[in-house]
Order: sequence, then C-alpha cells, then structure tokens
Amino acid sequence: MSVTAKTTINIAREEISDSSRGYWREVFQRLRRDPVAMACGTLILLLLAAVIFAPWIGLQDPVTGSMIQRLKPVGTPGHVLGTDELGRDMLSRLVYGGRLTLMLGLLPVLFALVIGTALGVFAGYAGGIFNTVIMRVVDVFFAFPSILLAIAISGALGAGIVNSLVSLTIVFIPPITRVAESVTASVRSLEYVDAARISGAGPLTVVRVHVLGNVLSPIFVYATSLTSVSMILAAGLSFLGLGVRPPEPEWGLMLNTLRTAIYIDPLIAALPGVMIFLTSLCLNLLSDGLRSAMNVKD
Amino acid sequence: MLTYFIQRLVYVVPVALGVSVFCFLLVHIAPGDPLTAVMPIDATAEQQAAMRAAYGFDKPLPVQFLVWLGNALAGDLGNSIATGRPVAGEVMRAVGNTLILAFAASLIGFSLGILFGFIAGYFKDTPIDRAVTALSITGVSVPNYWLGIVLVVIFSVMLGWLPSTGAGPGGSSAWRWDVEHLRFIVLPAVTLSVVPMGIVARTVRALVGDVLSQDFVTALAAKGMGRAGILRHVMRNVAPTTLSVVGLQLGYLLGGSILIETVFNWPGTGFLLSNAIFQRDLPLLQGTILVLALFFVFVNLLVDLVQPLVDPRIKRT
Repeated sequence: MSVTAKTTINIAREEISDSSRGYWREVFQRLRRDPVAMACGTLILLLLAAVIFAPWIGLQDPVTGSMIQRLKPVGTPGHVLGTDELGRDMLSRLVYGGRLTLMLGLLPVLFALVIGTALGVFAGYAGGIFNTVIMRVVDVFFAFPSILLAIAISGALGAGIVNSLVSLTIVFIPPITRVAESVTASVRSLEYVDAARISGAGPLTVVRVHVLGNVLSPIFVYATSLTSVSMILAAGLSFLGLGVRPPEPEWGLMLNTLRTAIYIDPLIAALPGVMIFLTSLCLNLLSDGLRSAMNVKD
Repeated sequence: MLTYFIQRLVYVVPVALGVSVFCFLLVHIAPGDPLTAVMPIDATAEQQAAMRAAYGFDKPLPVQFLVWLGNALAGDLGNSIATGRPVAGEVMRAVGNTLILAFAASLIGFSLGILFGFIAGYFKDTPIDRAVTALSITGVSVPNYWLGIVLVVIFSVMLGWLPSTGAGPGGSSAWRWDVEHLRFIVLPAVTLSVVPMGIVARTVRALVGDVLSQDFVTALAAKGMGRAGILRHVMRNVAPTTLSVVGLQLGYLLGGSILIETVFNWPGTGFLLSNAIFQRDLPLLQGTILVLALFFVFVNLLVDLVQPLVDPRIKRT
C-alpha cells in the first residue's frame, strides 16, 4: 500500500515539476512580448555587468583624486562625467558606487525572501500557537513605517555596510512573511492538499510540492517590487550617514557629500540621484511586467 | 458594530506593547555599554558599578523594561545624552513641526493622487491613463531626498523663488500660518507628497477600473442612470479601500519625512533623529522612534474606527 502511495506521489511530483517548467517558460514568453519590461530588464543586466566587471573596464581609481581637478564639468577630456568635490572621476565613482548600492538593494530582499518565506510557510502550515506567535511579532514590525524601522535599527547598531544589510533585511522579513503566510493558509485547506495528505504525503512533501509551488510566484513578484524600495532605503541610510562610510563610493553617500556642490555644478551633484532614480524606475517597471506575465494580483 | 470597535481597541494594546519592547531593546542591541557616553574614561570598577546602579542597568532586563515603561507612561522618556534635557520635551516640540509638514504633504499628495487615479481609472487604456500611470510609477521610483535637492536647485538656486532651508524667516522654528512661513513649507511638502501621490493614484486607478467593470455598473447604465450618478456609485465603492491606503500613507509620511527634514533643515522629528544618530544619543533616538511608531499605530487605529462609516458592510459582520 505504502509503495503504491509513494509511486503516485512520485508521478504527481514529476507532473508538477514538468508543468512548472512549462509555467516558467510561458512566463518568459509573455514577458518577451512586453517591450517595456524587456528594455528595463536589459538595462538592469547591463548595469549589473558594468558594476561586476568594474575593475576590468579601464576606469580610473574611484577613491583617489587630485585637488586641482575638483568639480570639473561634464564633458571634460579624461573625465567624461566630470569630477566630484575631491577631484575624483565621476564616471568611475558612479560605476563603483553602483556595486554597493545594488548589493544593498538586492541582498536584503534575497535574505528576507528566504527567511520570510520559511517563517510564513511554517506559520501558515503549522497554524495554532506557532502561527499566533510569529504573526503577532510580524504585526509589531508592521507598526513601524519601513524607513523608520531601518533608521531605528541602523541608528542603534551604528554606521556600516553589514549593519545596513542587517537592518534592511529585518525591514523586509515581516511583509514577505505575511504574504507567504496568507497564501500558505489558503492553500493548506484546499481539497487536493487534503487528498495528498491522506494518500500518505508527509508535511515536507506537501510543503515542497503543493505549498511552495503556489506560494513562490506571488512572493517572487512581491520581492522584485521590494528591490527598488530596498535600494532607495539603502541609499537613504548612507545619505543620513548610517550606511556606507567615506571614501567608499555609494550613490546615496555621494549624493550627500556632493550637496555642497549644488551651487557650483548642480548637474554633477544630481548625477548619483539620477542613477538611483533610473535604476529604481527600471526595477519597478520590470516588476510590473513580471506581475502581469505571471498573472499575480496585488 | 460595537464588538468591532472593541476588537480594534483591544488589538492595539499588544501591538503598542510590542512597539515599546522593540524601542526598549534598541538601546540594548547597540554595540558597547549604553553608559560609555556619560562615563568618564578613567572610571574605576566601583565607580562604574555605582553608575550602573544609579541608571538601573544592574537589574535584569525585564525589570529594567517595566521601570522604563512606567516612566514612559508617566511622560518621562529619560534625558538626552548630548544636551541633558528631557527627551519627551524635545520630541514633543519637534513632533508638531513634523505633523505640520506631513499635513501639508498629505493635502497635496492625497488630493492629486485620488484625482489622478480616478481620471486614469475612468479613462482606462487611453493616453490619459498611460500618462497618469507613468507619473505614478515615477513618483514611486524617485528617491525623494534627491528630488528635494533637485527642487532646491531649480526653485531656490536658479529661479530664487522659494527659500531652500528652514521653517521660517530668520531661522525661526516656531510655525505660524502666514505667507512668510508658507513659502518655507512649499518645497519640502511637495517633495514629501510625491511618493504617497504615486501610490494613492495607482491604488485608486486599479479600484475604479475594477468597479467600473462590475455587472451592477452595466445594470445602472442600462436602467438609464447618467454618468454623474454612476460616478457617485463608483466613489462609494472605492472609498473604503482608498481610506485605508490613505491612512497607511499618512503614517508613512510621518516616518518618511526624516530624510526630507534633513535635506531642508526642517526642525521636526527627522532633524532630531539625524542629530541623535550623529551624536549617538541613544535615549533621544529611542524616544523619538517610540513616539513616531505610536503615532503610526494611532493613525491606523483611527482609520479602522472610521472605516465602518464609509463601508456599511463592516457594520453587518
């Protein structure tokens, strides 16, 4: 009997992984027909390539500059995008700055995605006291506007890249947990999950096959929409002096140190913000495209 | 109906308690001894112990929390390390200015957001809709602290129309509702209103489109109701969700103003927080965060309590 039950589940699992491969291919095909999402996705890939390969594309040193070359305008020979308040090459600082800003945008969401999904699926599937405890703690974190929570934790821990990562991860765990919990709770009571359980599937199998299969796509779409928030928050923390420390280039920090230059060369002073803006715009448009391609509702 | 009110009120208590536990712990997750800032470097072990006892840091954490909570409920949030003045007084002075800024920003952001969202939802899939959608996604994507700097460059540095920093002529921080003071609030309020405007417009657009595609709208049109009448029905259906989004955004305005206040040197809680961060003044940080978070909880409660007035369905459950 147990043998037959196992084979049925094996067959069911194969069918599901088969159909889920088809699902992702379908999503990608729908995404390809969306010119805006494709353009944004390409731009983000280009930016990622630029920041990853920054040391090998012939850029100048982003940290050392020369004081006699201070605040050269955009288009200066040798400095295509000009120089900053300490005479450092802006192009190079913008590319290197993107490394930290993008890292601080993507990693916290990634960490929170793993932790939040685990917590939410557990709370939703286990129910009872576990659910109450986890979800009430989540409620408390929801009582803080995200920027306030990030500043509170970073402010207590002090400035630094690791502390920023920690505080932003904590900011994004509660919302992801909440989404994961509500989807899991609704999937758990579906009849085919009951059927799987009755035919001998253990909790781990049910979670892996049925729950995660249903939970992952809404959470994934939600997480992509959080990356732009995370990047803006991370740059905001640096802007306040709570994130990356000078002379390390980072877009938010550059925006802060260049504030004194707005009277001399407003264009140079605005450049790091333009980068944050364009990247976050692309991330948002891509996330919108994914949302409709995956047919996920808000 | 009454059970709903009581449920909401009871639900707030554990959340508020959780918020205070979190704020209490903030000082304790900070690296290093919370007393290093006030303790002389050459203090002996006995002096350190005496100091710890004087501040109550020698007791177990739960006891410390209860003492702290008792003081906080009595309006005592401790003293600022940097200035030595009571934190509660400093925060209360600053909160007023933050509320004024948040009020001005919500006036701009919510009215424009609802208006744009309505227009876009009504003219769905037309160029008007696409323009509004583009505007709202721009509003959501723009880092508002940068937008503030850009507005200062355009309207203060280049055109010289509006003052760039402060909350009143001559660096005064006492707010008055006159033209001289209003000139100072324009740039920070507009900057702050962009994100909530984008989010509200987006939500209202989706809601209006949703309601318009429902069968009862077709039925109303079929029985001969005019455009204005149908719009009234749409508004009533859109109102509850809009209200909850607006409430949430109002709370975010209180928190989100931190960066904007720093950009414009607005003498509110954000300014206080950035000082607290800069001087590692943990009691000031803790007190400000506590007051702002409780405000947010309060605003959400208020929205929940007002909700039945615009959504009769809640009354029946």
